[in-house]
Amino acid sequence: MTASPGSVEDLLRPLAPRVLGALVRRHGQFDACEDALQEAMIEALAQWPRDGIPDDPPVWLFTVASRRLVDQWRSESARRRREESVAQLEPEGEPSEPSPAEAERQGHDDTLTLLFLCCHPDLTPPSQIALTLRAVGGLSTAEIGSAFLVPEATMAQRISRAKQRIKDGGAVFELPGADERAERLRAVLHVLYLIFNEGYTASSGPDLQRADLTREAIRLTRMLHRLLPDDGEVAGLLALMLLTDARRAARTTTAGDLVPLADQDRSRWDQEAIAEGIELITAALPGGVIGPYQLQAAIAAVHSEAARAEDTDWPQILALYGLLERISPSPIVTLNHAVALAMVDGPEAGLELLASLDGDSRLAEHHRLLAVRAHLLELGGETDRARTAYRAAAKAATSLPEQRYLERRACAPD
Amino acid sequence: MKYMLLIYETPDTREIFTGAEGTELMGRVGELMSEITEAGELVGTNALADPSTAKSVRTAGGTPAVTDGPFAEAKEHLGGYLILECDEARALDIARRWPTVGSGGLEVRPLMDVGGAEM
Repeated sequence: MTASPGSVEDLLRPLAPRVLGALVRRHGQFDACEDALQEAMIEALAQWPRDGIPDDPPVWLFTVASRRLVDQWRSESARRRREESVAQLEPEGEPSEPSPAEAERQGHDDTLTLLFLCCHPDLTPPSQIALTLRAVGGLSTAEIGSAFLVPEATMAQRISRAKQRIKDGGAVFELPGADERAERLRAVLHVLYLIFNEGYTASSGPDLQRADLTREAIRLTRMLHRLLPDDGEVAGLLALMLLTDARRAARTTTAGDLVPLADQDRSRWDQEAIAEGIELITAALPGGVIGPYQLQAAIAAVHSEAARAEDTDWPQILALYGLLERISPSPIVTLNHAVALAMVDGPEAGLELLASLDGDSRLAEHHRLLAVRAHLLELGGETDRARTAYRAAAKAATSLPEQRYLERRACAPD
Repeated sequence: MKYMLLIYETPDTREIFTGAEGTELMGRVGELMSEITEAGELVGTNALADPSTAKSVRTAGGTPAVTDGPFAEAKEHLGGYLILECDEARALDIARRWPTVGSGGLEVRPLMDVGGAEM
């Protein structure tokens, strides 16, 4: 059976965490195993489309990667001692055969363990993202580099530094204990959220490779949801991604200009993704502890249920932002809260809430505050002040499409 | 976020790199470069040739015309740049520690993102 390179890639990526987990359990040395698997996957991408897909792809990958490891250790041992331990590391043909159920459970645990390891708190977010995409996502260094618009060498360096740091920190390949489990899971969810956002903001124009990150983030979060079906926040994050991504086709014009939520052609929203997102969040919400991703998903769900912008249930959205601000306050939440408040109680009320953010140094993206203020001034009919604020927001923006949008608003006729 | 560190120089800056002091200075540039390379933060860097090698293109009467030299004589000129992917605090930290910061200074500016969030 021959296969196209694209379908080989689709087959390979989901195998990465399982095979890597098996390699680390067999050989130890997460960093060396990860490199060896990457090489095996590159070999598979070259060979499989030509020679056909092997009968048991995971075993093929495991065997080729193990051989790479042994080769590497052999060449190292020429310089050092080691000959003896290398002999023991020789793969014994096939990996030992656990029962299918046990293998399944082991595969689940390995994938989770890898996610926790890659999102280790000692790493910076860019390193967590890069390592997660490579070790769990099965992407190549070149693909990750081009998705983040940095040279492959820079990305390779970032990944190897991240692995070194994990090694130096003495992290072990096992699931974190119950005491730190919740916090570590939060870090994993945050990394998946960042990957999604990176792709979502780039979902138009020449950035298709970056936009693939959205698909990748959804795939990884879906996988995590399968591993932890009872976790409300995992379900919430998956729902949030699906409900947000459902608007992809409507959120930019063909020229790449941003279209705000209120002006989007809702007939272009992906109803299938919306239905799945709503089902997920509806099932998760009554489950117990409510977290920020569930609340954001619930807000996205309310938006997606309005057939027209003017049908939006703003009182419900306002109530949800009130909750969100209580359990997970941040300047960005306050910004959105102010918009909802303006829609329910009028622009004045929204502007008053916004004033509480003046001088808040946590708001790194200062142009968002200016943009929301401009929008609320516009709603209140204060055209001149709105224009000035839009212009100031455009100057402060560090995104080209956002800047273009804000310039357009500043120049819009009343 | 990506930042560009624009390295400004004075006409004397490159002379500082000659002699024993210069060797030490080059060593410090090398150390800093290794630090940002090994951290996977360095996206790109280049030094520029002297402004006297520049040619300028500007439109006169609707036609772009080429002249020798930069637009204007300046006490300081752009000597090179670094592009880093990191947060602002880190970019400022590298700028502060750049070995020629005392001779010209550095400007730190965010690069525009080609993607945009829903407004």
